[in-house]
Amino acid sequence: MLHRPALALRLALALILTPLAASATGDVTDFMLDNGMQVVVIEDHRAPAVTHMVWYRVGAADEPPGQSGIAHFLEHLMFKATETMGSGEFTELVKANGGFTNAFTSWDYTGYFQRIAADRLGLMMQMEADRMRNLRFDPVEVATERSVILEERAERFDSSAGGLFTEQTRAALFLNHPYGIPVIGWRHEMEELSLEDAQAFYDTWYHPNNAILIVAGDVTPDEVLALAQEHYGPIPASDGLPPRLRPLEPPHIADRRVVYEDARVANPYVTVQMLAPVREPGDQAEAAALVYLAEMLGGGQTSLFARRLQIEEERALYAAAFYDPTSLDPSSFSMVNVPVPGVSLDEAEADLWRMVDTFLAEGIDPAQFERIRFRIEAGEIYEQDDTAGVAQAYGAELTSGLTLSDIEGWTETLLSVTPDDVMAAARRLFDDPSTVTGHLIRPVTGPDSQNVEIGQ
Amino acid sequence: MIARIAATLAALCFAFPALATIEIEEVTSPGGVEAWLVEDHSIPFVALEFWFLGGSALDAPEARGATYLMTGLLEEGAADMDAQAFAAAREGLAASFSFDASRDVVSIGARMLTQNRDAAADLLRAALVEPRFDPDAIERVRGQVLSLLERNARDPGTIARTTFNDMAYGDHPYATPQEGTPESVAALTRDDILAAHRAALTRDRVVVGAAGDITAAELGALIDHILGDLPAEAPPRPGPVTSGLAGGVTVVDFPSPQSVAYFGHAGIDRDDPDFFAAFVLNEVLGGSGFQSRLMQEVRVARGLTYGIGSFLSLADLSPAVLGQFSSSNELVAEAIDVVRAQWADLAQNGITEAELEAAKRYMTGEYPLRFDGNGTIASILASMQSDDMPVDYITNRNSYIEAVTLDDVRRVAARLLDPAALHFVVVGQPQGLSPGN
Repeated sequence: MLHRPALALRLALALILTPLAASATGDVTDFMLDNGMQVVVIEDHRAPAVTHMVWYRVGAADEPPGQSGIAHFLEHLMFKATETMGSGEFTELVKANGGFTNAFTSWDYTGYFQRIAADRLGLMMQMEADRMRNLRFDPVEVATERSVILEERAERFDSSAGGLFTEQTRAALFLNHPYGIPVIGWRHEMEELSLEDAQAFYDTWYHPNNAILIVAGDVTPDEVLALAQEHYGPIPASDGLPPRLRPLEPPHIADRRVVYEDARVANPYVTVQMLAPVREPGDQAEAAALVYLAEMLGGGQTSLFARRLQIEEERALYAAAFYDPTSLDPSSFSMVNVPVPGVSLDEAEADLWRMVDTFLAEGIDPAQFERIRFRIEAGEIYEQDDTAGVAQAYGAELTSGLTLSDIEGWTETLLSVTPDDVMAAARRLFDDPSTVTGHLIRPVTGPDSQNVEIGQ
Repeated sequence: MIARIAATLAALCFAFPALATIEIEEVTSPGGVEAWLVEDHSIPFVALEFWFLGGSALDAPEARGATYLMTGLLEEGAADMDAQAFAAAREGLAASFSFDASRDVVSIGARMLTQNRDAAADLLRAALVEPRFDPDAIERVRGQVLSLLERNARDPGTIARTTFNDMAYGDHPYATPQEGTPESVAALTRDDILAAHRAALTRDRVVVGAAGDITAAELGALIDHILGDLPAEAPPRPGPVTSGLAGGVTVVDFPSPQSVAYFGHAGIDRDDPDFFAAFVLNEVLGGSGFQSRLMQEVRVARGLTYGIGSFLSLADLSPAVLGQFSSSNELVAEAIDVVRAQWADLAQNGITEAELEAAKRYMTGEYPLRFDGNGTIASILASMQSDDMPVDYITNRNSYIEAVTLDDVRRVAARLLDPAALHFVVVGQPQGLSPGN
C-alpha cells in the first residue's frame, strides 16, 4: 500500500538479526555537497538499476505540540504540485520511466525513494530537488489528502485492536519524550492539521543541509557526485535549521499497566516494555550485547521463550523478545507472550519474568551463543543480495545520528560481544526496571457475524 | 523545468534500457527433475525454490486444512531430530527455510551458504522426506493454526475474502480457506497429515528455480539428493470451477469504524490469447499505484479510502478479477458507486490512447528491475514454470505487452468487465447501502 509510515518497517528491522553494515558487493563512498547535503553511494553493478533515496532528518518526534501527524501528512503532500509540476506528476513521471516511488515516515526521519533504471537517475534527482523547495500547497488538495490520512488511520489503527493497543502502550512508555506520539497522529489533532501547518513544517525542515542522499545500485561515485552537484548543489542551505529539541525522559520510577479491551481481539496477549539504550556514536557495545540478549531470550525457535514456554511447557502459542538498536533517542526492549487458551494473562506475564529469572540464573548456553554469532557473520553474506535494504539501513542509521564509521564497525562490534557482555547487559537492563505492562483482552463474548444480502 | 521534463518524457518511447542480462540454464537432474538456474557466483550462497503444484486444493473434503497443517509440521522434527534439534541445526548452519501452502502450491524456499551447502541440503532433505509428525508437534502446530483461524474470524479483510470464496465456490476446495475451518482442523488426524504429505510432495509435480553460487551439475546432484526419495507420482488434482456468484452486495455485520469491501467476478486464464490485453487493462483499472482509475477516482479525487487496487487472480482452477479497499462506514456506499461506475465505463468505452501508452511504458520499464536478487530470481523462475511458460518468456514478455492495441483492450474490457456480475462483500457497518445499490 502506498505512502505508509515506516511503523511496520521498524518492527521488521527489530526482528531481523542480520547486522546492517557496508555491502561487500560494492564500495560505499560518501561526500558532502557545499550546501551541507550528505551523499552516500553504495555500488552494486549486478543489474542496471538504482535506488535513489532522500532522507530528511525530521520525523514525528520533531512535530510542534498539538500537530501530531504533520510529518506524515507532509509526506503525502510531497506528491502534489510544485511550481513546475502538476499534482501527481511526480509519480506519473516515475511510472512513465518504468520506475516505482514511495515514501515513509518514522519518529526520527522522513524518506522518499525511487527504484528505477540506472540511466534515469538524473531525472529522479531533478524532480526530487524540485520538490525539496518548490512545493505548492492547494487548499482543496490539502483537505482531500487529510481525508486520506484519516482513512489510513482508520484502516491501520482504529480498525485494529492490536494497532490501538500498541499505540496506547507506547504512549504509556514515554512519559515526556515525543516517541510516545503515534507517527500517524492522534485523530483529534489530525483533523485540525492545516495548510499553514504543513507549509511551516516544510519551510522549517526541508533543506539540503537537513537531507541525506543515498544512491545504491549500478552507478559510480563520480556519476552520482556530478548529478548531485547539478541538481541538489544549487539549492541554498538554510541558516535557520532548528536543533532537534527532544524533551528528555525523566527517570522512570513507577511501573505502569495498560489494559485494553476490544471485542475484535482473537488471541489475548501480554507485553512488557522498558526503555533501553541504543547504538551511540562511537559507543555501540551495549547495544550489540542487547541484540544478543533479545535473540537468546526470544529471537527464534531455539530461544529460551520458545523452547520452554512454547515447546516444553506448552503454555504459550507464541513468545518473543524484541530490541531495535537504531534510534536517535532511547529505544525499548520488549517481550510478548500469547498464552495458550486456559492460561490467563496474569500467568502469562509471570511466565515472562520467570524466564528472565531463569536466564539470569542459568546464564548463557555456549552453543546457542555460537549459533547467533555465526548467523550474524552469515548475515554479512546474505545482505549483499539486497542493496536496497542496505540503503534503507544506512538511511535509518545516519538519521539516528550514527556516523559512517559507526555503521561500518557495527558488525565487528557485534562479533566481538562475549557471553559475559551479554550477562552484564542483561543485569543492567533487568536490575529493577520500570516497566509498562500491557494486557490486550477481549470481553467475554465476541462479536457475532451476520450475513445480509443486499440486492443482486 | 517544465520544458525539460516534457522533453524527457517524449524521449521515453525508444529509450528503455536493455533488459538485465538474465541467462537461464535449463537443468535436468540425473533423476529427471527439471529446474531453471540463473548462475551468479558473486555472492557465496544459493537461493532455491521448490514449488509442488497442487496445494491445499488437494485436501480431501473431510480433511480441509490437512495440507496446510502438514506443511507447517515439516520443520517440527525430521529423521532423528525433534523440533528443537532441527531448529538448532538450521540456525547453526545459518540456512533459512520457508514452508508455505496456498490453494495451488506448496512452496519450499531455501537459502544456503556455499560453505556448508551439503549439510544444509541434508537438513532440507530430512524435512521433506522424513518428517516425523510427532504427536506433540501436531498438537502444538494445530493450536497455532486454530489461533490463526480465530484471528482470521475477527479480521474484516479475511472475513470478506472468505465470505466471497464461500459464496462463489460451493463444494469445491476453493470455497474453504487453505488453513481449513476450526471444525475441520480440530478433527484432523495424524493419518490425514500423512496422506496430505504423500499427495502434496511428489517428484512429478515439482518445479525448481535456483539462483546464485551453484553450477548446473552441482544443482542437479543437489536436487536429486533433496527430492530423490519422494514418491514419483501424485494423485489427480480437482477440476476447474466457475464462480457461482451473481452481482450484488453482501454485508457482513462487524463492529468497526471502517468497512472492508472485497469485490470481483470471473476472470481470464493466463493462456488465453487475450491475456496480455487484460493485463494492460487491469493496470489501468486498478493496477500498481496512483495512476489507476480506481486510485484516482476513489482516493485522489474524493479521499474515500487510503488505498484501492484490483488484480487478475490466476488461481489455477478459477481465474478471477478481484479488488479490495477500506472506507469509513459512512463513505463506503459512495466508494462502491465509484467503483461500479469505473467498471461500467471501461466495459463500455475501453481505455484512452494516453492510458494505454502510460501503462505500457510502466509495465515494460519496471520488468527488468524485478530481477534484483537471488531470492527474487529463484521465485520468478519457479513461478514461470508453474504457469507453464517457455524459458524465453523473459526475453519476449515486453514485446507481448507492446503488441497490445487499443482495440484489443476495448474488446477485452467489453468481454471481461461485467458491472452486472460484480459482487461486493462488505464487512463492517456500512451506512446507506440499500437494495439496488
